[in-house]
Amino acid sequence: MNDSIVTIMTFLPLLGVLVLLFLPKNSHGLLRTVALGVTILNFLVSLPLITGFVTNAEFQFVQNVPWIEAGPFKMNYHVGIDGISLWLVILTTFIMPIAVLSTWTAVEEKVKEYMICLLLLEVGMLGAFVSLDMFLFYIFWELMLIPMYFIIGIWGGKQKIYAAIKFFIYTMAGSVLMLVALIALYFMGMKAGFTDFSIVNFYKIPIDPVAQTWMFLAFAFAFAIKVPLFPVHTWLPLAHTEAPTAGSVILAAILLKMGTYGYVRFAMPLFPDAAEKFTPLVATLAVIGIIYAALVAMVQEDVKKLVAYSSVAHLGFVMLGIFALNQQGVAGGMLQMLNHGISTGALFLIVGFIYERRHTRLIVDFGGLSKQMPIFATIFMIVTLSSIGLPGTNGFVGEFLVLIGAYESSLRWYAIIATSGVILSAVYMLWMFQRVMFGELSNPKNQKLADLNAREIVIMVPLLIMIFVMGVYPTPFLDKMSPAIDRVILLSKTKKVAMVDAVAPVGAQNAPVVLPEVLNK
Amino acid sequence: METIAMPAINFAAIMPETVLSIFAMVLLLVNVFVPSEQKAYLGYLSLIGMLVSFYFVVVGWGNPQEGFNGSVLQDNFSLFFKGIVLVSGALSILISDQYMKREGCNWGELYPLLLLATAGMMLMASGTDLMTIFLGLEVLSVSLYVLAGFNRNDIRSNEAGLKYFLLGAFSTGFLLYGMALTYGATGTTKIPLIASYIAQNASVFSNPMLLVGMLLMGVGFSFKIAAAPFHMWTPDVYEGAPTPMTAFMSVGPKAAGFAAFVRVFVIALPAFRADWSDLLWVLAVLTMTVGNITALYQNNIKRMLAYSSIAHAGYVLVGFTAGNSVGTAGIMFYMLSYAFMNIGAFAIIVLVGKKGEANNNVSDYTGFGFKHPILAVCMAIFLFSLAGIPPAAGFIGKFYLFSGAIQAGYIWLAIIGVLNSAASVYYYLRVMVYMYMKEPEEEFDWLQVTPGIALCLVIAVAGVLVPGIIPSFILELAQKAVLL
Repeated sequence: MNDSIVTIMTFLPLLGVLVLLFLPKNSHGLLRTVALGVTILNFLVSLPLITGFVTNAEFQFVQNVPWIEAGPFKMNYHVGIDGISLWLVILTTFIMPIAVLSTWTAVEEKVKEYMICLLLLEVGMLGAFVSLDMFLFYIFWELMLIPMYFIIGIWGGKQKIYAAIKFFIYTMAGSVLMLVALIALYFMGMKAGFTDFSIVNFYKIPIDPVAQTWMFLAFAFAFAIKVPLFPVHTWLPLAHTEAPTAGSVILAAILLKMGTYGYVRFAMPLFPDAAEKFTPLVATLAVIGIIYAALVAMVQEDVKKLVAYSSVAHLGFVMLGIFALNQQGVAGGMLQMLNHGISTGALFLIVGFIYERRHTRLIVDFGGLSKQMPIFATIFMIVTLSSIGLPGTNGFVGEFLVLIGAYESSLRWYAIIATSGVILSAVYMLWMFQRVMFGELSNPKNQKLADLNAREIVIMVPLLIMIFVMGVYPTPFLDKMSPAIDRVILLSKTKKVAMVDAVAPVGAQNAPVVLPEVLNK
Repeated sequence: METIAMPAINFAAIMPETVLSIFAMVLLLVNVFVPSEQKAYLGYLSLIGMLVSFYFVVVGWGNPQEGFNGSVLQDNFSLFFKGIVLVSGALSILISDQYMKREGCNWGELYPLLLLATAGMMLMASGTDLMTIFLGLEVLSVSLYVLAGFNRNDIRSNEAGLKYFLLGAFSTGFLLYGMALTYGATGTTKIPLIASYIAQNASVFSNPMLLVGMLLMGVGFSFKIAAAPFHMWTPDVYEGAPTPMTAFMSVGPKAAGFAAFVRVFVIALPAFRADWSDLLWVLAVLTMTVGNITALYQNNIKRMLAYSSIAHAGYVLVGFTAGNSVGTAGIMFYMLSYAFMNIGAFAIIVLVGKKGEANNNVSDYTGFGFKHPILAVCMAIFLFSLAGIPPAAGFIGKFYLFSGAIQAGYIWLAIIGVLNSAASVYYYLRVMVYMYMKEPEEEFDWLQVTPGIALCLVIAVAGVLVPGIIPSFILELAQKAVLL
């Protein structure tokens, strides 16, 4: 049971899809209930991962079954979790029921297909987080695109088609280059005596610096698009604005984490020398992202777009923390990934609530809502403060750790500049909050708005709880991550140049350094 | 008077071809007695013929047979390609009847011609003599010229047939001239003997005759597999030909062409590998890029798939350029997957189309996704597979092709390939945009799913998804079939 729990969790939504396929397409209530039931059940299934997790750096709940064996290739169905993926997996199963509930009434058409897409998306996301075989990871990584493409393209807003295609092609363009690097890496591994795609083996492959540079760029580019890092972030505001609420929530809460997770799990430990070389570049882009996105967010007229740009800024902090490469920085980055999932997810839900009521998201259409919707106002306030990073909420812990970590590393000056991003985020969020919630309730259309209903409150409560729990007592989260983070840092600091030198005499001159010549072809 | 020494005949080496030819002859006779509204029975008969032929392909596996004095060799390599052309022939037959009835060209000659074309492809795949390859090529080409122009009432079909014939004859000329020069330089048309002659006589390297011969043969084969810049005939012919025949032409002849191309170049001319792999590199890049870029702005879906099929030939050329076992296995796996995904897509086109080749624009698929969800999901699966997105067989195939290139050190070729593949996503997604993301304007009530098409779709979906998720079996077969 313990071995297969990850597999059961990953593919349970697929079972839900099969059930949905046989349900009549007009009984919307039933379809929604089944989808909700499956996602809640999956959350419950995933809980033993926390209780059964032993705090160490090892991969746990591992299952390793041969999958493809042909010619020189050997791919395994190799899954498992460690401290890094644990919380991201839980975040996914936690957010999914909320996402299903969030468009309970907003999506009225093609409900069956919609729920199928959401469940397929969950399979893809969980699969990508638990894969320990790089080929398997790639499969899930690509698999995620398809349902998300349909979610944006079918149930999205006015510019949905453009947004969906842009989302798909951007991500695809990045990931195919990663595929090339992945295959090249595999053949290097073969020369070093490894015969499968296991990530643990890949960590040990000696790679010369030139090849590392190219491969790091390929991986980093794929992940940078997903994060998204400035200047390849342009698909994100569009996709966020056009996607239905559940799509935006999942996109912000989980899909973007794939990028940062990719850096922590793959790009940095696999190519430590290159990662070190590119740290200033990545940190610069991250800081530009923080400041630039904050400035752009400030002038947005559309609340959803504002939140989307705030996402770019938050992810900039995550990247800064990760590339600080010390315990505080990486832990802060990881924690900030979870925080962002909860706070920004909640913000998108809130935007969804008012959009469902008014069918507009423009700030000018609102004002004074707090008088009409007191519960909504309270919840919105808490989430806003958490997004800004007020002490006592989750956002504070993550940002604080990131800045400390970055300050104590070689990225000191970046940290100092990034700190201004914290202030800017307070500016745009509070200003937006003020314009939407306070002031005169002048617009007659807003004077009859109903406050949140029971379903909406039920959606928000778990998120609010998490905001305070993680804000006040983040220790259990950090503790479980910490050994795995240490291992990532160790791997990312162990330079591989030495390994290459050690191998070179054995395999003659052309063995490990074949790639640079090859690249000239 | 001297008696002519009869070459050793070994029918075991051409059993699958023989079966098909016999069925074709019988069908021609039977055809006379079958009333025109019941020509579907000929289709069933030809399917039986293909099944019998497939049986001989299966039992022949792992048991190479040489025949006719070394001009035919039925090894695993040729058997794999025979399997591919049988799959493409059978799937095309399944979708033919409905289309031909609708277009009013339900003539019984279709099936014997298709069987003969398939037999020609098989012969081409197993030919170890330039002459056998040429013979196979001619059998398949002549049958296909007729099939392309089969709907004689339709001016576009006529155009397709004539164009295919003219350009085909032209390309055959190149091929034959190349073969003649090769014969002139080496004194033999037997593929293994050409190789051994070159190995023993270093002087041929200084003789431009052989090099020119090789080039001309390359041009001839490139015409057949529709590689750029020899692809000009493809879009017009594919658009004008009857849709089921387009489906067949886009897969079968290509597979056979690649089989012969690979055999001639890898077995007969390994000494010139450095020369031809550079040529193929250029050819692959051109073919992928031209195909994909032109496909981007096509509105007719048949034409779009025609350009996409050019691009796919380019991906396969990447595996050929690599020239290692991974690349060659990739060629085989990919052609097989391509048979399923492309003919599957054409089956949907047959369904959605109306009489007179109408309703073939991408915009005619508006709202199809929610009017016929099952058919649309099939189409989506085929398109995702064509775009090379997991977990479809198209992805595994591309993975193998590009892996071959990377293993052989052609990193840039692989990069150009994957970028092309990413660009191609756009036009496949465009069909899905129309299917799913726009409001339906039509009810699509003329659609009739006959058992034949339904069976074709089931097989094609299984052929795309099963090897996509558990590819080991077919990959192992392909690995065992590589020539190297």
